[in-house]
Amino acid sequence: MKIKKNGLLQDLYKNRVMWLMITPIIIFFFIFSYVPMVGIYYAFTHFNFRGGLFGSPFAGLDNFKFLFKGGSSAVIWTLTRNTALYNVAFILIGNVLQILTAIILCELPGRLYKKGVQSVMFLPYFISFVIVGVFVYNMFSFEYGLVNNLLKGLGKSPVNFYANTGVWKYIIVGAQIWKSLGYGTVIYLAAVIGIDRSIYEAADIDGANVFQKIRKITLPLLKPTFVLLLLFSLGSILKGQFDLFYQIIGKNGSLYGATDIIDTYVYRALTVNFDVGLGTAAGLYQSFFGMVLVIGVNFIIRKVNDDYALF
Amino acid sequence: MKIKNAKSTKVFNLMGFIYITIMGLFCLIPFIVIVSGSLTSQDYIVKHGYSILPKEFSVEAYKAIFIFPKQIITAYGVTIGVTIIGTAIGLILISMGGYVLQRKDFKYRNSVSFYIYFTTLFGGGLIPWYILMTKYLHLKDTYQVLVIPGLMSPFLIILMKSFMKSIPEEIVESAKVDGAGDFKIYSSLIMPLAKPALATIGLFLALAYWNDWFTSSIFISSANKFSLQYVLYNILQTSEFFRSSSSANVATSYNLPTESLKLATAVVATGPVILFYPFVQKYFIQGLTIGAVKG
Repeated sequence: MKIKKNGLLQDLYKNRVMWLMITPIIIFFFIFSYVPMVGIYYAFTHFNFRGGLFGSPFAGLDNFKFLFKGGSSAVIWTLTRNTALYNVAFILIGNVLQILTAIILCELPGRLYKKGVQSVMFLPYFISFVIVGVFVYNMFSFEYGLVNNLLKGLGKSPVNFYANTGVWKYIIVGAQIWKSLGYGTVIYLAAVIGIDRSIYEAADIDGANVFQKIRKITLPLLKPTFVLLLLFSLGSILKGQFDLFYQIIGKNGSLYGATDIIDTYVYRALTVNFDVGLGTAAGLYQSFFGMVLVIGVNFIIRKVNDDYALF
Repeated sequence: MKIKNAKSTKVFNLMGFIYITIMGLFCLIPFIVIVSGSLTSQDYIVKHGYSILPKEFSVEAYKAIFIFPKQIITAYGVTIGVTIIGTAIGLILISMGGYVLQRKDFKYRNSVSFYIYFTTLFGGGLIPWYILMTKYLHLKDTYQVLVIPGLMSPFLIILMKSFMKSIPEEIVESAKVDGAGDFKIYSSLIMPLAKPALATIGLFLALAYWNDWFTSSIFISSANKFSLQYVLYNILQTSEFFRSSSSANVATSYNLPTESLKLATAVVATGPVILFYPFVQKYFIQGLTIGAVKG
């Protein structure tokens, strides 16, 4: 039998060493990413552990009906709204502060001090989310928290944050900003430093002051980077920050209404309620619409600037 | 004109200085509160709560950790072992793959890249993955499960590929002319040149292993296999349980300094990261910059 010229089989032979070198990666993603896609079928079953993948009773769309039951107050809308709105807050506030920090760090004199501050800002990126949970507890605990201590010091009565759903929105956003400020600043700083310095020198000769230079040179030149990062992050708006929410809120059920995201819901379906079918259904909803969003965003990026498109 | 510029620069510098100082403090204060809390006596915390600087200095909490050190030391051992083994295996696999994916004569490089990238777009989700790992691969409560999921990620493979692209192609070409095989080129030519890439990606891997609590929480049931961060998480949950079950009485009659013990454990679990941080920071900055621009 003649092997097709330039076909896959021929390449497998010709570049067999290279194929062998990349085989572990191909197998890894096949087993741990592609095989689980078969498990999407769980979303359409009433799963029991003994029956497994194909032995569990078929449920049709029951799991999805449950998620969507109740119109605008359905489980899935609360989860989607929380997941998306938190991400929008993270993205918008985070990016604005990161750009501001990067520009200021770039323009300010005093190398050593700037280096020190930048190191301190980057530090939270290296800390596990378990520690983030400790921080939040330290700050907001009713009996021992620093915030209540300060309130008492000012002669005000302490607030029981753990029984008050309203403030957790801000605490969670604050914690995420804290964790990612240095990380994002690094990325924007690279973009700011990459701007051609001769433009600034020309502006200096024309007598522009530092505010004018930032407004007329830095910000317009950062816009492409900003728009791109923004679009990419909007593409993953349905992917929740599981570690953050779980370590801060944990099993505090009274706060779920304002703080439950798709990822924590799926985690509880697995570890607390053992409802595999329902959890898989919620995960599938997230994964599917997440993909649609990324493809949509990529489509827009390709319209704007083909070079930056992901695929 | 000059005076006006000097003035606005001064205003900017003052405002900028205040801004970055506030942001720096915002990032730093939680760390200080933890360290000083861990050095404060339990009595003081129960009476007055946490403060920024330690008021009643005490190392009781650290002593308590080392009175019952078995749990912490075992977890330290598990985490160090998992971090070293996982990072080593991961680096070998990722560097081989990254090398192949940037070779222009590897015809299917784009298809394989997309095969890897697609897993970030769509997946079965947590639960099908969990059932595969436990019911079909029987990885529940094993050391392997702590290592395997963190071995590689699409981001790190693409990052490695971008790094390797910056190595001049002529090196590969001339080695080929000399008759070196693909693996030989990788192992004795590319590897020594890719040291900065290996450092950066190795550190990303190691940090993820060190900070992992999730894998232990869903797969591990025997306490001697818990990772460090999960032990820390458990200690936090237990002392929270004592606190919420019957208020401060239990906590004080109970001999352990629970509040400061929590913080001391946090310090002990995070210590190595903070210690290494000044030396490794630049590698992460390098990785993030390249990853964001090209990835």
